[in-house]
Amino acid sequence: MRQVYLDYSATTPVKKEVLDVMLPYFSEKYGNPSSLYTLGQESKDAITKARGQVASLINADPAEVFFTAGGTESDNWALFGAVDALKKKGNHIITTKIEHHAILHSCEFLEKHGCDVTYLDIDCEGRVNVEDLEAAITDKTILISVMFLNNEIGTVQPIKEIGEIAKKHGILFHTDGVQALGNIPIDLKSLNVDLLSMSSHKIYGPKGVGALYVKKGVKISNYIHGGAQEIKRRAGTENLPGIVGFGKAAELAKENFDSHVKHCSDLRNYFVDKVLNNIPNTYLNATMDGRHPGNANITFEFVEGEAMLLSLDMQGISVSTGSACSSASLVPSHVLTALGIPVEKIHGTLRFTFGDFTTKEDVDYTLEALTNIVNKLRQISPVSSEKGW
Amino acid sequence: MAIYNEKVMDHFMNPRNMGEIENADGKGTYGSPVCGDMMQITIKVENDVIVDAKFKTFGCGSAIASSSIATVLMVGKTIDEALAITNKQIVEELGGLPNVKIHCSVLADNAIKAAIYDYAQKSGKTYAGLEGFDPNAEEDHHDVACDEEACGGSCEKIK
Repeated sequence: MRQVYLDYSATTPVKKEVLDVMLPYFSEKYGNPSSLYTLGQESKDAITKARGQVASLINADPAEVFFTAGGTESDNWALFGAVDALKKKGNHIITTKIEHHAILHSCEFLEKHGCDVTYLDIDCEGRVNVEDLEAAITDKTILISVMFLNNEIGTVQPIKEIGEIAKKHGILFHTDGVQALGNIPIDLKSLNVDLLSMSSHKIYGPKGVGALYVKKGVKISNYIHGGAQEIKRRAGTENLPGIVGFGKAAELAKENFDSHVKHCSDLRNYFVDKVLNNIPNTYLNATMDGRHPGNANITFEFVEGEAMLLSLDMQGISVSTGSACSSASLVPSHVLTALGIPVEKIHGTLRFTFGDFTTKEDVDYTLEALTNIVNKLRQISPVSSEKGW
Repeated sequence: MAIYNEKVMDHFMNPRNMGEIENADGKGTYGSPVCGDMMQITIKVENDVIVDAKFKTFGCGSAIASSSIATVLMVGKTIDEALAITNKQIVEELGGLPNVKIHCSVLADNAIKAAIYDYAQKSGKTYAGLEGFDPNAEEDHHDVACDEEACGGSCEKIK
């Protein structure tokens, strides 16, 4: 059976070029980067190279990139580190209702420990209103955290404008750039971003490694305590093969940026167009303007997402639901809720994310399967466009 | 490891008795699309025996499988026997459901009762097995089915 992976925002396969550079660091070049002998120093050099590769992708100075165990740790470090460093200045954080749980659950934890958090709404296109954001600032505000690009609906937030507001008010600005990295241009020399979270496995690198960009001069407290690794900012023996792989993945992402964006957006646009034209009662959620090149988030009325997901899986196609029904939680997506989608329609929403290895044949195969599946499930459904909800 | 066993997948992919009986003797719906699951069961009754049952379901794989097996269990049974079907029986017939999906079997159990309730109303009959059953309890159930912890608790009680 044909296997079609359309969940590149969940994770990506490690590219062969990436795996090849990683492999020697498991059992040949295994030295601890903190060791002073040659084997260790070679490992240290490999990390220095990777730091440069990641920095180059976001147009930052290598000294501003600190490796972590992934996007979640980077988000946690940014929030906890900023709150601790600035506790004498204030206790107010401004974020949005559509952040990743790595931010939202960290904010909930911080609320239990004395922080006040403002969760901004988004408009029907999926964007934060910068005037609302500025209006939410108080003299206690110490941090603004707004994601660069949303993982479910793919919309890009007005990071440049938010950065200018943050700078004007002297407030730290963190952005979760996990989904943005490699998918839209990130030029930190032209943005007033103080902290940016990154993850390797979304850009064809290995899982379990990420980074936090900390702008030169920005002081946040440490989060992982221990040894002197990462210039005493992030303790723990480095994930050497992971970091080497992340570096290579970042280098490839930069090299192939234009072709990657064109490839994904061509296939995505073709897919969205076909779905909306061929399957009635379907809607694309959030704007196409300024969006992740490979993201399509589509509601299929009168059917339920997990039933579609399972049926697609039976035909070798991997997608994810906008609804959390397939996971352990039955709570509908907080992002689609914030977008104002009615709950019954959230239940019928799928996210398709296209990537470098997706082919037009994959998309055509998916379109045919999807059309048949939606038709079949609509026959089973007691609700329809004639009967209504 | 798939999230559902083969029997659940079979009833999901090849649902039995899917559709709607025209001029049904009883028609019940339970749940709501807002909750993520809604089931409709229609029945044909002759001499107090359910001679045909069909379902339509908006919901996940286990909701479709639960309503499919529910109709299989109903057909050929007397009304009293059909009312004695429990959600536990539905789960057992399916060879088990993941914990978070147990509420689907509860919905199917209630959809059976909702269809029989409608039949009882139309035919002016009373059945002991319908005592305390509220066909409009969807709103209450909404809270139960959509709240993971509440569902886990209530399903334990139902079992």
